Amino acid sequence: MSLDASERHVEPGGRPARVAPAFLPAALAEVASSDAALRRFLHGLPGVDQVGAELRTAALSTRSIKSASKLWAIDAAISMVDLTTLEGADTPGKVRSLCAKARHPDPQDPTVPSVAAVCVYPDLVATAKKELAGSGVAVASVATAFPSGRSSLAVKLADVRDALAAGADEVDMVIDRGAFLQGRFLEVLEEVRAVREACGAARLKVILETGELATYDNVRRASWLAMLGGADFLKTSTGKTSPAATLPVALVMLEAARELTEAGGGPVGVKVAGGIRTTKDAIRYLVLVNETVGDAWLQPQMFRIGASSLLNDLLMQRAKQRNGAYASSDDFSLE
Amino acid sequence: MPDPRPPGGRLSVQKTYKLFLAGAFPRSESGRSYPVSDARGALLAHAALASRKDARDAVVAARRAQPGWAAASAYNRGQVLYRVAELLEDRHAQFAEAVAAGEGLDGAGAEAVVAETVDRWVWYAGWADKIAQVAGSSNPVAGPWFNFSVPEPVGVVAALAPQRSSLLGLAGVVAPLLAAGNAVVVVASEERPLPAVTLSEVLATSDVPPGVVNVLTGRTRELAPVLAAHRDVDGLDLAGAGPELAAELERASAGNLKRVLTPRGGEEDWWAMPSTRRMLTFVETKTAWHPVGV
Repeated sequence: MSLDASERHVEPGGRPARVAPAFLPAALAEVASSDAALRRFLHGLPGVDQVGAELRTAALSTRSIKSASKLWAIDAAISMVDLTTLEGADTPGKVRSLCAKARHPDPQDPTVPSVAAVCVYPDLVATAKKELAGSGVAVASVATAFPSGRSSLAVKLADVRDALAAGADEVDMVIDRGAFLQGRFLEVLEEVRAVREACGAARLKVILETGELATYDNVRRASWLAMLGGADFLKTSTGKTSPAATLPVALVMLEAARELTEAGGGPVGVKVAGGIRTTKDAIRYLVLVNETVGDAWLQPQMFRIGASSLLNDLLMQRAKQRNGAYASSDDFSLE
Repeated sequence: MPDPRPPGGRLSVQKTYKLFLAGAFPRSESGRSYPVSDARGALLAHAALASRKDARDAVVAARRAQPGWAAASAYNRGQVLYRVAELLEDRHAQFAEAVAAGEGLDGAGAEAVVAETVDRWVWYAGWADKIAQVAGSSNPVAGPWFNFSVPEPVGVVAALAPQRSSLLGLAGVVAPLLAAGNAVVVVASEERPLPAVTLSEVLATSDVPPGVVNVLTGRTRELAPVLAAHRDVDGLDLAGAGPELAAELERASAGNLKRVLTPRGGEEDWWAMPSTRRMLTFVETKTAWHPVGV
């Protein structure tokens, strides 16, 4: 299986691709044949060394990325941003201005790449879709009773179809954390599969909401559940609970993605979301990605950063790198 | 068994001071420090040698804190500044010692500097709720409107503290900026930074919100250009820059049209009666119209 995801995901012209679900080898497809087999598989996963994971990410965080590498990293991070607004107070007007920002993060500088996607609630997908037509920026919609996931499967699927009908290119679903924590793994898996099926060609991101999963072992199990269910992306958090994305959690998820590739499946992307506000944070994640799954993941088809205020910090750092003076947030539009 | 104690009886405590950023006392991000000597060249202590990134962090902290400080009522700001003066007075002896060592003054001379500093601080504290009365106005206009002009703080001001007057001069630079409602990033005197470090301890234990004053110690030549070019700094007080550096910094500050206060012919006489100039340089006038009778 080629690791070169660009080959697989990007269509000529660089448009965001409608992708086939991540590939699952036959041996892995079988572990989900029954509740007992699935439980055996998930509990048979090697445990995560908590201290080791935290030490490793802390060590990688100290890595210094300077000058040309930093400029590259800033542009890469901008192109990986899922520019997000998930507020009760969202209006079409706000989404329109967000879309303008997504297309041209800095209108004064055409060399700034556009972001990967705009992420909104399903009812605002149509607005975003219209604004982003022809821009190459995808529209992602949260669905399945985001953020809590506390609804029946029928309602969740209706939510997904709603988003897709409005034109969403990508669907960010949440798993049923209650079922997962109770050990009803097959139920969680079936739900991911059902959403996968409803998504058709749209890219599916599965939100694990790691802040509610309590342990790294659970994060690894949930990652596998999502991958077995056909996720294209594993996503850390909704951004509605704290803690949201952390480096050790991202490490565990990236390792799960790597294991799938080693088993002959995938590739599966990873999206970190929530609490990433500074360029320094973003670059730490890029270093972690590079060191865990390799540079094939350092592209928007394989790694995303869900954020809103991060983008302005990236633009400010970019300006600093280019013209020497530290920038002011007054020089950039509000997110 | 030999006595491990030195002949004087007690080992001296070697001090390495830190920066004052966002209400905390971190080391320099660069990990550097530099020796600080007294007026006769003997080692006093080590001070943190701030880097460009520390300057950047200080501006971020100041920017975050400034709206809250400016939104506090002028009366409240005055009370907080008065409280700082009280704490300065409480630490009279410590400041006198630091000033005597750093500036080579005798005991009485240093005492006088500290007393004048406290008085200066009280003077500016009093101005906090008077500056708008003096600099503001009610303007007659040709229609049924009230028309008011009020001074508002420019925002974040970077100040280079005077190089020679390490306490009185420092207070003379920082206090007016605070009284006007600005947040301050101050670069302490390069050779005599210790009174500024002690002042930051006073500020941390008074009611000045974290980040409203940030104190950097280190090389003025290294830090000043960064602050002068920083687009998120709204004003620049060049009290501690020599004429050559001042000209360079003034040029660098033009990028975002900072308000700049340049010293008039060498270091100011900090003992002279102050004026409202240092406050009024760093305010902007806002004019509001309001219908009469509503």
